[in-house]
Amino acid sequence: MKIAVCLKRVPDTTAKIVIGASRTTIDETGVKFVPNPYDEFALEAAIALKEQAGAGETTVIAVGTDASQETLRTALAMGIDRAVLLQSPGSADGLAVARVLAAELKAGVYDLVLFGKLAVDDYNHQVGAMVAELLELPCITAAAKMTLSGGAIEAEREIEGGVEVMGCTLPAVVTCDKGLNNPRLPSLKGIMAAKKKPLDAKPVTLEAASFEVTSLELPAERQAGRIVGEGADAVPALIALLRNEAKVL
Amino acid sequence: MKVLAVVEQRDGALRKVSHEILAAARVLADTSGGAVDAIVFGAGAVSGMEQLGGFGADRVLHATHADFALYAPDGASATIASIGAGYGAIVFAATAMGRDLAPRVAARLGVACATDITGLAVEGDVVTVTRPIYAGKVLQHGRLTGATAVVSVRPNTFHPAASGKAGSVTALAVPAFTARVTSKGVKKPDAAVLDVTEATVVVSGGRGLKEPVNFKLLEDLAAAFGNAAVGASRAVVDAGWRDHGEQVGQTGKTVSPQLYIAVGISGAIQHLAGMRTARTIVAINRDKDAPIFKVADYGIVGDLFEVVPRLTEEVRKIRSS
Repeated sequence: MKIAVCLKRVPDTTAKIVIGASRTTIDETGVKFVPNPYDEFALEAAIALKEQAGAGETTVIAVGTDASQETLRTALAMGIDRAVLLQSPGSADGLAVARVLAAELKAGVYDLVLFGKLAVDDYNHQVGAMVAELLELPCITAAAKMTLSGGAIEAEREIEGGVEVMGCTLPAVVTCDKGLNNPRLPSLKGIMAAKKKPLDAKPVTLEAASFEVTSLELPAERQAGRIVGEGADAVPALIALLRNEAKVL
Repeated sequence: MKVLAVVEQRDGALRKVSHEILAAARVLADTSGGAVDAIVFGAGAVSGMEQLGGFGADRVLHATHADFALYAPDGASATIASIGAGYGAIVFAATAMGRDLAPRVAARLGVACATDITGLAVEGDVVTVTRPIYAGKVLQHGRLTGATAVVSVRPNTFHPAASGKAGSVTALAVPAFTARVTSKGVKKPDAAVLDVTEATVVVSGGRGLKEPVNFKLLEDLAAAFGNAAVGASRAVVDAGWRDHGEQVGQTGKTVSPQLYIAVGISGAIQHLAGMRTARTIVAINRDKDAPIFKVADYGIVGDLFEVVPRLTEEVRKIRSS
């Protein structure tokens, strides 16, 4: 089985975000970048599926600048076999990114294409499903459980007030949610091996986007409120404030 | 601008978020001088669809198919795409269904999609949006320049206005489609549980609860409110105390309830990102220097094991009076 994982390099979730001089991108100075946390569930799923099958090939694909090479090497160190970097500054328009990924994935003819359910930078939550539509493949989004048997996938996704069970057959696209697995950390041996694994970098051109970012802004800081009091004795005062001042009770 | 509102139903009844979708669609239609169509998917009649006129739908399009008893991604996206080019904007909710469906429709129409938006306007004939990114650490302002603007709106952000107007229900033809993915049903918990993204009140717990079993205190408080959901910090979800579906923060959910009560949560940057848009924030923590107090409107410094039961008792008194 040939499995592809699409990966994005994103700022660490603990990073403080500062808006850059252009006002449309963030200031990357001093920001630590990591593989998108949801993509790690996809990487783990791909590696585990190949291990279970005892055969197959896993490929990781990223759209990004050369800085993404390091992120791809992390995936290789976890156990992915080969990497492809589609060199581009990227785009805030999910469809522009989906189109270049779809072209690469179509050429590779994969049985299963995995994504994280969203990237924790732009929160677009859309590239996986768009790629599936462009390739006319079945797609299950935000899978928190997944089983694969006899070429059929059954996956569970969290919905409001329940869990939706979805099914499809391969080839397919699945986007991964937390809960699917516990991603492994790269081993020292894996890190050494990753240096020799193939990483194919090639330039791509993203089509003109129909979503454009006009500006970024930091949300207004919340005003620190007040300490109502100490211990359970402060509860009646809190209740009074919630009823009369905040009017939420 | 003609606007299509993709409303949601489950088990043959409209979901509450449907009225919010219409409220957002109305913003676009009213500022540009246009009409709103609501599209309802169902295996048959959907309870509440006759009342959609009163919430802003000029027309209700009813798409029926045996597959539409459950969520049918391929059938729904094919149906919307078959009429989508006739609209200046298509509005979804950023729910499990809307997040899945909106990008499919956008890809079929060859246009961009703006997810989880909190602000919406029309400038000329271009839809402009505001959306929190980096889990709310940054607000992104953008323009959708394609022929049709596809957006999903954050729940609890657009407020429904009932007008009492009638809306006519028209049957909509469903095009032939291939069901590449099928829903095998929805597993529901034993008791109905509100989702943290849709609840009016969210009561969240962190490591200060000490043990998973102590979340019973928060469940009791949530039950006293009645319209509340229990949330959790990343620390307790990673420790396996609570389900990921309850996690509030950057690798969990972003919530905007009327009231957010943080119990035993110190307030890590990634958690604050997920709840800073709540209207009112209450923090209960024994550490008076905890960062959570810097964003809370009201704080109580003290032992949560004493404060929370007292709060539950007082809320219960008010709710039963």
